Amino acid sequence: MSTAFDMTAGQVAIDGRKILRGIDLTVDEGEVVAVLGANGSGKSTLVRALLGVQPLSGGATLLYGRPPARFREWWRIGYVPQRLSVGGGVPATVREVVASGRIARQRRGRFTSSADRQAVAAALEEVGLSGRAGDPVSSLSGGQQQRVLIARALAGEPDAFVLDEPTAGVDAGSQRMLADTLRGLVERGRTVVLVAHELGPLEPLISRAVVLNQGCKVHDGAPPTAVGTHALPGHDHVHPHEPAPAESPVPSWVLAQEKA
Amino acid sequence: MTIFHLDFMRYALVAAVMVGLTAPAVGTFIVQRRLALLGDGIGHVALTGVALGFLTGTAPVATAVVVAALGAVAIEMVRARGKTSGDVALALLFYGGLAGGVMIIYLTPGESTASLNSYLFGAITSVDSTDLWVIAGLAVAVLALLAVFGRELFVLCQDEEVARASGLPVRFLGLLIAVIASVTVVVAMRAVGLLLVSALMVVPVATSQQLTRSFRTTMALSMVFGVLATVGGLTSSFYLDVPSGATIVLLALAGFAVALGIGRFVRRSRTGESTA
Repeated sequence: MSTAFDMTAGQVAIDGRKILRGIDLTVDEGEVVAVLGANGSGKSTLVRALLGVQPLSGGATLLYGRPPARFREWWRIGYVPQRLSVGGGVPATVREVVASGRIARQRRGRFTSSADRQAVAAALEEVGLSGRAGDPVSSLSGGQQQRVLIARALAGEPDAFVLDEPTAGVDAGSQRMLADTLRGLVERGRTVVLVAHELGPLEPLISRAVVLNQGCKVHDGAPPTAVGTHALPGHDHVHPHEPAPAESPVPSWVLAQEKA
Repeated sequence: MTIFHLDFMRYALVAAVMVGLTAPAVGTFIVQRRLALLGDGIGHVALTGVALGFLTGTAPVATAVVVAALGAVAIEMVRARGKTSGDVALALLFYGGLAGGVMIIYLTPGESTASLNSYLFGAITSVDSTDLWVIAGLAVAVLALLAVFGRELFVLCQDEEVARASGLPVRFLGLLIAVIASVTVVVAMRAVGLLLVSALMVVPVATSQQLTRSFRTTMALSMVFGVLATVGGLTSSFYLDVPSGATIVLLALAGFAVALGIGRFVRRSRTGESTA
C-alpha cells in the first residue's frame, strides 16, 4: 500500500502567528482519517497544508511521494473547501460549478468530452441535485451548496478526498446524504481526510482520528469513543444551522489529556 | 446620407463593435474575481503610458499597452503576496498613474494636459484604418486567450484555493488575466477614454447578471449589451452631437437600470410561482 499524504514536522505561521507547530502525519491509501479539534486548533490549516494550498514555514509534506510543487497528478485529489465562493455575484449554475471539478482531467483548449459529461451527471445524481443542475448556486441552501462542493470533487473522480468541515452548518438531510456518499467512497477504497467539529453520523466510517490542540497533535489513532451523554444511543450529534454548540467541542477525554 | 457613408464613422463603428465584445468578456472574469475596479486602476496607470508616448515621440497606444501591462502585473503581484489588501494596492496605482501622466505631459515640450483629453474621455471618431488594425488584432488576441484559458480562469476566479488544489498554474493565470485586462483597457481607451474604460468592463456584466442564471449566458449576454451600448452610444452621439464616450457609458448605465427592474420583476414572479 502506498502513502497518499505524508507530512513531517509541518509548521505553518501566518503573520508571525504559529498555526501548526510541527505536525507529523501520514495517511495511507484507503484510510479514512478525521481531523478533530476545537475552533482555531489548526484543523483547516493542516489539511490545506497537506495539499500544498497553504505553504509550510517549516518541515515538509508529500502528495503521493512528491512535494506539492513537483506533484503533477492533481486529478488524484478532490478538495472540498469549507464553503462555496459565490464569485463576485456573477451567477453560475450547479452544473457549471460541478463541471469545473473535471479541470484537472481536462486538456487545455479541448472541448468537454462525453466522459466529462457522464462524470458530472453521476456526481449530481450521487448528491441528489440532478433536478437543480440548471439553477444558480446562489439560490441553494447552505446544505445544498455543500453538496455542490462535494459533487464538484466527485466529478473529478479522484483517489483521495480532502473535506474541510463538510458537516458545518448543514441540515440533517444533507448530513445523512454526506454520510451515504462517504460510505460509498469508503467501500470503493478511496482515501478520505476530513476536518470535523464533531463526527455525528460519520462516526462509524472513520478508521482513524487525529486530534489537534493549539497547532499540536494530541491524539492519533482509533477514533475516540465518546463519553457522557454523547455516547448514549440515539444521540446523533446533529445541530442543523446552529452556531457553535454551547458545550465544549473537544471531547472530554482530550481535555483530560491536556490537563495531564 | 447616413453615418455609413462617412469613412471615419465606419471605422468608429467597427472599433465600437470590437470594444463592445471584448471589454465585457474580460469583465465577466474580473467581476467574478472581485476585482471590479481593476480596470480603473489599469486605466489610470495607462495614462502615464500615454504621456510617455508623447514624451518619447512614440505611439501613445504602444507605450500605454506596455505601461498598463506592467501596472497590471504589479497589482497582481501585490495582491498575490497578500501583504497589502488588493484595494489599497489598486488605490496606490490610481494616484501614481494619474499624477505620473499629468507630470510627464507637463514636462513634454509643446504638449499640455489638453493633449490627454482624447485619451481620458475617448475619441472614437478619430480612429483611422491603422488604429483599426491594431484594435482588431488586440481584440482577437484577447478573445482567443479567453477561449483557450476560459475553463481554468473560471476555476481561478471562482476560488483560488480550489484552483491551486486542482494543480492549475495559479500565478501564471493571475498574471494572464491581469495582462488581458490591461490590453483590453488600451483597446477600449479610444472608445470611451481611460476614465470610463472600466465602465464597459463592469456595467454590461452587472446588467447581464440581473437576468441570467449561468456564467456562460452572463458572459454572452454581457457581450451583447456591450455592443448595444457602444454602437448605440456612438450612433446617437453622432446624431445628437454629444461626446461619444459619455453617451456610450450613460447608455450602458440606462440599460443596467432597466435590467435591474426586469430582474426584480422576473425573480418576484418566479418565487410567486414556486410558493403558489
